[in-house]
Amino acid sequence: MKIHEYQAKEVLARYGINVPSSRLASSAEEAGQATQDLGGKAVLKAQVHAGGRGQGGGIKVVNSPEEARPAAAAMLGSYLVTHQTGPEGAPVSHVLVEELADIDRELYLAITIDRDFHGPIMLASSAGGMDIEEVAATRPRDIYMEPLSPILGLMPFQTRRLTAKLGLTGPSAQSATRIMNALYKVFTELDCSLVEINPLIVTVRGELVALDAKLNLDDDSLFRHTDLQELRDPAQEDELEYRAASLDIAYVKLDGDVGCLVNGAGLAMATLDVTTAAGAMPANFLDVGGGATIEKVASAVSIILSDRKVTRVLVNIFGGILRCDVAASGVVKAYREHGINLPLVVRLLGTNAEEGRTIFAESGLTVTFADNLNDIAAALGQTS
Amino acid sequence: MGILVDENSRILVQGITGREGSFHASACKAYGTNVVAGVTPGKGGQYFEDTVPIFNTVEEAVRETQANVALGFVPPPFAADAIAEAADAEIPLIICITEGVPVLDTVRISLYVENKSVRLIGPNCPGLITPGANCKIGIMPGSIHKAGRVGVVSRSGTLTYEAVGQLTNLGLGQSSCVGIGGDQVIGTNFVDILKMFNDDPETDLVVFIGEIGGTMEQQAAEYIKESFDKPLCALIVGSAAPSGKRMGHAGAIITGESARAESKVAALRDAGTVIIPTPADIGSTAKTVFDALH
Repeated sequence: MKIHEYQAKEVLARYGINVPSSRLASSAEEAGQATQDLGGKAVLKAQVHAGGRGQGGGIKVVNSPEEARPAAAAMLGSYLVTHQTGPEGAPVSHVLVEELADIDRELYLAITIDRDFHGPIMLASSAGGMDIEEVAATRPRDIYMEPLSPILGLMPFQTRRLTAKLGLTGPSAQSATRIMNALYKVFTELDCSLVEINPLIVTVRGELVALDAKLNLDDDSLFRHTDLQELRDPAQEDELEYRAASLDIAYVKLDGDVGCLVNGAGLAMATLDVTTAAGAMPANFLDVGGGATIEKVASAVSIILSDRKVTRVLVNIFGGILRCDVAASGVVKAYREHGINLPLVVRLLGTNAEEGRTIFAESGLTVTFADNLNDIAAALGQTS
Repeated sequence: MGILVDENSRILVQGITGREGSFHASACKAYGTNVVAGVTPGKGGQYFEDTVPIFNTVEEAVRETQANVALGFVPPPFAADAIAEAADAEIPLIICITEGVPVLDTVRISLYVENKSVRLIGPNCPGLITPGANCKIGIMPGSIHKAGRVGVVSRSGTLTYEAVGQLTNLGLGQSSCVGIGGDQVIGTNFVDILKMFNDDPETDLVVFIGEIGGTMEQQAAEYIKESFDKPLCALIVGSAAPSGKRMGHAGAIITGESARAESKVAALRDAGTVIIPTPADIGSTAKTVFDALH
């Protein structure tokens, strides 16, 4: 789960990390007042769950409250498009009005899970304020990594090593050490999947301040962080993906026209591959899960059909815990409720496959049956 | 016969009275698996299906039944505790089926398990099956399997069944099939399983199914290149997935070039494996390679 920059900064501030003075504004008037409060000059930052806001016009320096009002008005209510949002953009309902900083240097600091090391890893770089993936691709030696032992945590020798590599000395090194330790606490106490400060600036006075922050939470741990669940902003998530997530269905919207209903993430990914290899374009990834009921399958199909680009639906179910007759009944129920008859390509295997096929055959829907993945590819060619 | 389990495997099911635990304990028994005990705190003294004794603690269950494999269906908030309890009782093989375990729990528990010299498979995995020993320890449909000489290892559940279904349809039986799990951090990786297949006299060929995300497939490719002596057919799924999206498996997030399908395929091809072109070709590719061996 992602949260907004202003929320992430509130969290960091709670753990003792310096963040710029700021006000959250949801109207042009509030933005003007906030700019006034901050001394007449400020930077306005559109609050969306995506990076690359600068290029998209989501960050603007204003030199007076009069400048702030129209600038905020232009952002609020708009859809900000960045390289991370997709062409439809993300809605801006708040801007963060923040004091201007006197930047001497821009650093990068983050913690995430490293699969190869089997645990958290701290990443630091002197190349802050840039797209870190770009830095990783073009100059990987400029990113310093410290794997963090789940038993020992972040050790003093590691912070010494990192601050030295970042070229920090004296009070700046001490501040950086405090921030690194605080960041590790945030990561482990809140079950983050990523916590990132980019840039972590060194001001001309030698103070370290988190100028931008990103905090992603491990969805699987939210059951023990009920307070953090409230930070969710459904408006920032794709409507259909959000609806699916609330039903515990794994759904990712894609750009094609073939709606896909599959059980199991691996088989769902394989189904996308087979569809693409057949020259068709999947409209979505969907894993309906193991223990789905007729209702849940129907909801899943309903989500697939809510995507207006969908012109046909591919059902690929390997019956195990999820019985094929249950899947078939769910699909037919959703089709009846939507009153549509988009062509179906159906492949059922495993538990109660025959019963499932009978339900489809007797439904009056336009169904092409497939026995295996090759048949699916052939059938997709015919229905296009 | 096969890897990890055999006729002497004695299975303990953690969470045997829950909805999933009871359903699958029953299916494992029906397949012929030797389910000797169940554990559900507070339900000790009862019996599962009138025959399998239920205990309050793993320690007690091991003492009374000499269970040597733990199969876990404990809900995510308590999964780490269940794994630790099984490791504390020194059960040498622990299989955690549970999906949705917080990643930091897995990070800590996999380290704990390592220090106990017991093996953890999973979490978020379908388990493993050795058809020749009638031993199914997991949630896979037993009926699609057939005893034989092909080893299967995969990060996925239903896709493993798809692979097995294709193999069985073409008359290729399996020595053992292992699903290692789809999470970012897991207990047993591809290389661990490949080493076992390499040493297993009853495995002639391995079908390997990887996916986008991480670099575990590249590590496997390195091992295969250096030390794996048997033919191997490899499939990588997720080439059609968009970058930066989480595709159901927490593991399948694409980050960086090496996590992409193409770089995994390239590494495996370079290691001398036979690449399976699409998920529809698992059975036919394996059959061609298998027939050339015999």
